[in-house]
Amino acid sequence: MSNNLVVRFAGEGGQGVVGGAELMAAAAAQGGYHVLTFSTFPSQIKGGPAWGQARISSEPTLTPGDYLDVLVAQNRYAYDFNIAELREGGIVVFNSEEFELEDTSRALGLPADKMAREAGNPLASTIILIGAVAQMAGVDLSALEAFITKRWTRGRAGDEQIVSGNIAALRMGAEEAIKSGLKLEQLEAPKPDTTTRILIRGYEAACLGAIAAGLDSFIGYPISPATTMLVYMEQNLVGPDKFVGQASSEIESIASLVGAGFSGKKVMTSTAGPGLSLMGEGLGLAWMAEIPLVVADVQRGGPATGLPTKTEQSDLICAINPGHGDMSVPVIAPGDPEEAFFAAAKAVNWAERYQGPVILLTEASIAERAQDIPMPDVSLISQESRIVSDGSVGNLRYKGDSVSPFPVPGGPGAYVANGSEHDEQGDTTHLPEVHVAMTERRFAKLKTLNDSTYESEGPGEIILLPWGGSKGAARAAWLELQAEGVNIGWRYTMFVNPLPEALLAELRAAKLVLVPELNYLGQFSGILRTLDVNARSITQYTGLPFKVADLKSEVRTRMASASEVRA
Amino acid sequence: MSKRNPVYDFKWCPGCGDFGVKVAIEQALAKRAIERQESVEKSAIIAGIGCSGNLVHLQEGPQPFGIHGIHGRTLPIAYGFKSNRPDMNVLVVSGDGDFLSIGAEHIGPQARRNLDITVVVMDNGIYGLTKGQASPTTEFEVVTATTRYGKLDDRMHPLEVYMGLGVPYIASEMSSRVKQLGEAIKDAMDYPGFSIVHVQSPCTTYNDTYALLKGDEKKGIEPLAFPIPEEHDVTDLDAARKLVTGKRIPIGLIYKRAGESVPGHERLRLAKERTKATQAPVERLLAAMTI
Repeated sequence: MSNNLVVRFAGEGGQGVVGGAELMAAAAAQGGYHVLTFSTFPSQIKGGPAWGQARISSEPTLTPGDYLDVLVAQNRYAYDFNIAELREGGIVVFNSEEFELEDTSRALGLPADKMAREAGNPLASTIILIGAVAQMAGVDLSALEAFITKRWTRGRAGDEQIVSGNIAALRMGAEEAIKSGLKLEQLEAPKPDTTTRILIRGYEAACLGAIAAGLDSFIGYPISPATTMLVYMEQNLVGPDKFVGQASSEIESIASLVGAGFSGKKVMTSTAGPGLSLMGEGLGLAWMAEIPLVVADVQRGGPATGLPTKTEQSDLICAINPGHGDMSVPVIAPGDPEEAFFAAAKAVNWAERYQGPVILLTEASIAERAQDIPMPDVSLISQESRIVSDGSVGNLRYKGDSVSPFPVPGGPGAYVANGSEHDEQGDTTHLPEVHVAMTERRFAKLKTLNDSTYESEGPGEIILLPWGGSKGAARAAWLELQAEGVNIGWRYTMFVNPLPEALLAELRAAKLVLVPELNYLGQFSGILRTLDVNARSITQYTGLPFKVADLKSEVRTRMASASEVRA
Repeated sequence: MSKRNPVYDFKWCPGCGDFGVKVAIEQALAKRAIERQESVEKSAIIAGIGCSGNLVHLQEGPQPFGIHGIHGRTLPIAYGFKSNRPDMNVLVVSGDGDFLSIGAEHIGPQARRNLDITVVVMDNGIYGLTKGQASPTTEFEVVTATTRYGKLDDRMHPLEVYMGLGVPYIASEMSSRVKQLGEAIKDAMDYPGFSIVHVQSPCTTYNDTYALLKGDEKKGIEPLAFPIPEEHDVTDLDAARKLVTGKRIPIGLIYKRAGESVPGHERLRLAKERTKATQAPVERLLAAMTI
């Protein structure tokens, strides 16, 4: 028995390979399994190599899986491109209308499109493939049938026909698998679980977390892979006092967000690298004029247009210092969809509390990942609101050496929210002592963000410290290394700026901190070194996430050379 | 120097057109507040960067809220502000560099949204604060710090641009006509939609166009500015286009789109009412994802 099934649907854009993996994951989740998806595709609607991967497991999952149990290849290129990742004993399901394989000892040719057409249900070819894979892996088909019934019973005429057609397609695929005699190591039955679980994508979790924290307004501009947030908000942030708008550029997004935040509302936008670059000056304005707002940056490969649909963690430096001049923007980087929910809520609350911009730093692989998570406890989300001026200090909006009451337009305390250096009432000044005091005030406000948490397990001499979306692979690697007796500690936080003070103390005390991150520069370790931490990065910049095996081996190598140095 | 804040040390040059605009805005805001029996704090001035933008710090009397932001972005700031606070009166003050060069991309979107704000553009045909570089409205062949051979780019005609971008309410004024300017701004603020009051506001230091605008009979200079004939029908698109075509600058109300103006925030409110859109609680949105 196996506790894992990793299936990759590979083909070209427009062939539904991403949808296939998501459907398989959703069906398995419905059957009680833990699931996690990953997809990668070119920045085009049709054509180009694309694949979607579903990991289905009887245990909670941390990564999409290093190796494939099944490769579903829609064309020859997809086969050639992906076959190296098929594990020994794995099975290929290939589109026999497109190409043939000489050795079919571990391969099943299925003309799924033709079968679906002939069955009078041309949209069901993916379900035929799912049926075949499920049969080979020993997944209970009746659970998948229950999923089909639930998914396509939508209270419309013709529901029954669609449900029965799709169930027939599922069985058709399963029969082909039986006929072929091909079998995988059988997947363990799911473990009984009484907790309420949901299947959620990272971007949905981030949006819902922000809404739970009381978000009023969202203004964004379409950009991969952040558009999903704008669309989700347009669909779901509705009602009389809510506003969602599509700006004409990221420059307009951030400037309008400053106006919206100034108006007294809780506001957010989403963008990706190129948009973040354009937002630099506007974020500086929010920092300078002390306007609460949240920018969700869904990282992709950069610089310039870069790799619009691929995953990378190369915006960290830009997120903390998105514009010119002295600033340090708070950054929260969730490691998975569950964290994305709480991270987004915290980002809104932090912005309100310290009255300035906050970056929610996520990435393509997290935003697009579908994963089963425990139902988030919404009651854990507090709704913080900025301290509002009652007019007792007149128009002295910027009085004092830290956070001060915020005058809401229309109420008392009219002032000028000023992007130029300014005095207490917001009038422009060039006096050295005022610039000193105001600069120190803006940085002092960060001290109010003192409720961040972190994970700390194991010894502290050598530490593994991933950030953001590399958490899953790093955690899986660390768990295996622990089991293998490797003496390395685990530290993690999604609060990358400012770092929790106690965590920073632990990191400073460590001899070596290894930081897995998906960028060339080693951005986080570089920042940590400026904070007197002996941090070194394990980098990767392929546009794809880490594999657990690669990380483990690199950690071992680094630890060996570290001990050589000491000896 | 601001009467309200003696420490504030910014000064316009003597004779600057922006003095007149400042007074006109004070008058317009005060009149509006009295008419509507609401405080000036129900108004906000969103200022660009340049000589003009400093107006927001120089307002005398009861203070409106203000934003003095970044170069060129008055309109997007106003978009986010007004969309979230339709109850507020929003006035944008900007210059020809801020509004027509770095910020020009933002005019079209607000016109199409019919964002309910009023823009006062102080056009002096020069970058004054950076000491005399050519702006889009600097005349052709004029020598400036950045046009040593004389300006080689054609002059922009802003009123034509506004017409082309679909701005539904366009007025043109001169800073020297403070009373008329105050009324023009007040009328534009009363218009439920996107309105621009384009003001000839000369720079006495780097581009003094007073004589050109007013003309000089003795020197045989025909005035650049001319009053709009009384018979002009402001809702007549073709007539308005004719008025703004050519070198001379018409003064008065140029265009007001025929029919009722439904501003952007009202379009949204009506759409929400029509679709009965309500905010689902997060718990329900999450519950819909239950496995």
